[in-house]
Amino acid sequence: MNPLSKLKSFAPSDLQKIFIILMLPVFIEMIFPSLGACDRFKPILVFAVLGFGLNVVTGYCGLLNLGVAAFMAIGAYTFGILTVSIYPFQIGAWPALLVSCCAGAAAGVALGLPTLRLRGDYLAIVTLGFGEIVQDILRNLEVITKGSQGINPLPRLVVFPNERGLDSPIVSYLVILCIVMFVAWTMRNLERSAVGRAWTAVRDDELAAGCMGVPVVRTKLKAFAFGAALCSLAGALWASGLGSTGEPGNFDFALSILALCIVIVGGLGSVAGVLVGAIIMVGFNSIVLVELSERLGAAGFSGTQNVFASPANWKYFVLGAALIITMRLRPNGLLPSKPSEGGVL
Amino acid sequence: MTDIEVLIQQLLTGLSNGMIIALIALGYTMVFGIIELINFAHGDLFMLGCFAALTALGVSGMVDVEPGGIASIITIAALFIIVPTFCATINWCVDRYAYRPLRNSPKLAPLVSALGVSFIFINIGLFWGGLPLEVFGYGSAAAAPKNFPALLPFDNLLGDSAIFVTWRELLVVLVTIPILAALLYFVKCTATGKALRATAQNPTAARLMGIHVDSVIGITFIIGGALAGVASVVYALTYNTVFFQMGFRVGVDAFTAAVLGGIGNLAGACLGGLLIGLVRALSDQYIATQWTNSVVFGILIVVLIFRPSGLLGSRTREKV
Repeated sequence: MNPLSKLKSFAPSDLQKIFIILMLPVFIEMIFPSLGACDRFKPILVFAVLGFGLNVVTGYCGLLNLGVAAFMAIGAYTFGILTVSIYPFQIGAWPALLVSCCAGAAAGVALGLPTLRLRGDYLAIVTLGFGEIVQDILRNLEVITKGSQGINPLPRLVVFPNERGLDSPIVSYLVILCIVMFVAWTMRNLERSAVGRAWTAVRDDELAAGCMGVPVVRTKLKAFAFGAALCSLAGALWASGLGSTGEPGNFDFALSILALCIVIVGGLGSVAGVLVGAIIMVGFNSIVLVELSERLGAAGFSGTQNVFASPANWKYFVLGAALIITMRLRPNGLLPSKPSEGGVL
Repeated sequence: MTDIEVLIQQLLTGLSNGMIIALIALGYTMVFGIIELINFAHGDLFMLGCFAALTALGVSGMVDVEPGGIASIITIAALFIIVPTFCATINWCVDRYAYRPLRNSPKLAPLVSALGVSFIFINIGLFWGGLPLEVFGYGSAAAAPKNFPALLPFDNLLGDSAIFVTWRELLVVLVTIPILAALLYFVKCTATGKALRATAQNPTAARLMGIHVDSVIGITFIIGGALAGVASVVYALTYNTVFFQMGFRVGVDAFTAAVLGGIGNLAGACLGGLLIGLVRALSDQYIATQWTNSVVFGILIVVLIFRPSGLLGSRTREKV
């Protein structure tokens, strides 16, 4: 055996390289605390969890879900209702995180049970409709959801509290990074499990999978529930990081499309791909655009004089172009799950 | 107003809105019928049409014409030519450059591409609203709704009756019905229409019979775009407001209408449009305005679950 091949196995895999990149903000924070690198990069991690959720449904199982924002909202609001003092529950932040996941899974089953028999593009529309209905409910049932105010103040997820009862930015970043690593590890194992194989079988050919004895609807339902649970986890993480569920309009169609961009640009069905997609899309959306806006604002430009000069106005354009260009040039995304001949979709 | 008059008024409003929805639903249903693609960008194409109409008014300076006068009639007639041409051109280009290259890819690839086109259209609408034109109101933010000049008079055609019928409702009917008749004639009685139906039935067989499938699909997109253009002029004249995010909502209504009537079926799209218009009007009146969107989506979901082929559609088997 070539001794070099043994050495080669020490070379980091794509996934390990990405986690090394995701550690960078911690070092930057240690050297230049004033930049606030950890807080700025946290959205990437939260949206990576959302991407993992959509990846289970769309990447592994081949079902297009355009309502992931709704599941994210369900996670955020469950987390809020369970922890805030105006409601009688007031359980701690960590148990609330778990319950939010379960609530998401339950919502996923409730939506999936009647609709999973529909063909792919109809399912996409139904999930889109679900997203809009959830937004309307959050906005209009003010007794429970506090309408456009949102539920606040929400507790943070704290491991080593300092004198103000909070984690330092580095610790809170690392906590979420650990959650992301755990989810990524679960995904890698799930891919190779019986359930994961059943998902890909259903994606590649539903009829053939059914003929081979895979229970098609139950398999799809599992994907839906699991994906919804992860989206809700992302929602709860997002809300606790922000300290508020924010206003219902945050969980709009554009958020679902952002999640779709993350999964499609990175590579459908690929764990490393989701992380790359999150780094690119969220990095652009909530770091580069925000940063550019601040710089331009400080330099005296502002969006009211010239609509093109405001970077925030380019958001939809970038999301749309990312989808079209990926579909044209690299239908398998930047890091495809495996070298296959056709598109994964 | 008595209860019954309120009901009649709502039914009238619902029918006239329903006709606008039907015009857009036809664009969805024709494209779906021929290439099985949900053209997400269609609603936003309608929005761009509204902006084109407003810009045409602003550039030509016909903003302050007297409602109902000769000048306003000529302006409206010109809009009905300019805007559908504009929308048809854009729709054809979208098909040519975003969908046609993906014709042989798996089914979800063009759908994702359509979502992308929709978002680019929304962004174009946002930029368009920020152009330094007087009709857009120089200083107002790009995202703010723009006022469309009132070219139609507000007078009640029924005199002193409590029920209100204006030129707006009449225009919708006068424009929509001839267009639908012309469309049905085109699809049922001309050679191109026959080619269109053949392609919808079986593209491969149609190609073998010497039909140029790509240009037939192009024609479908041109017709769908033109109908969206007509709908945007009618909408702008009726509601007098233009807004960069309006395409999403109207598009969803229209898609629901197309599914409700049976997607791929022209008469079904019209029926569905009228029904959705009525449901919206009645729900606004008797349930609550803020729940109307949920009601429409609820109907969509229920229809898809219990009768995926719609009211007039025929049940087709999924091909292996």
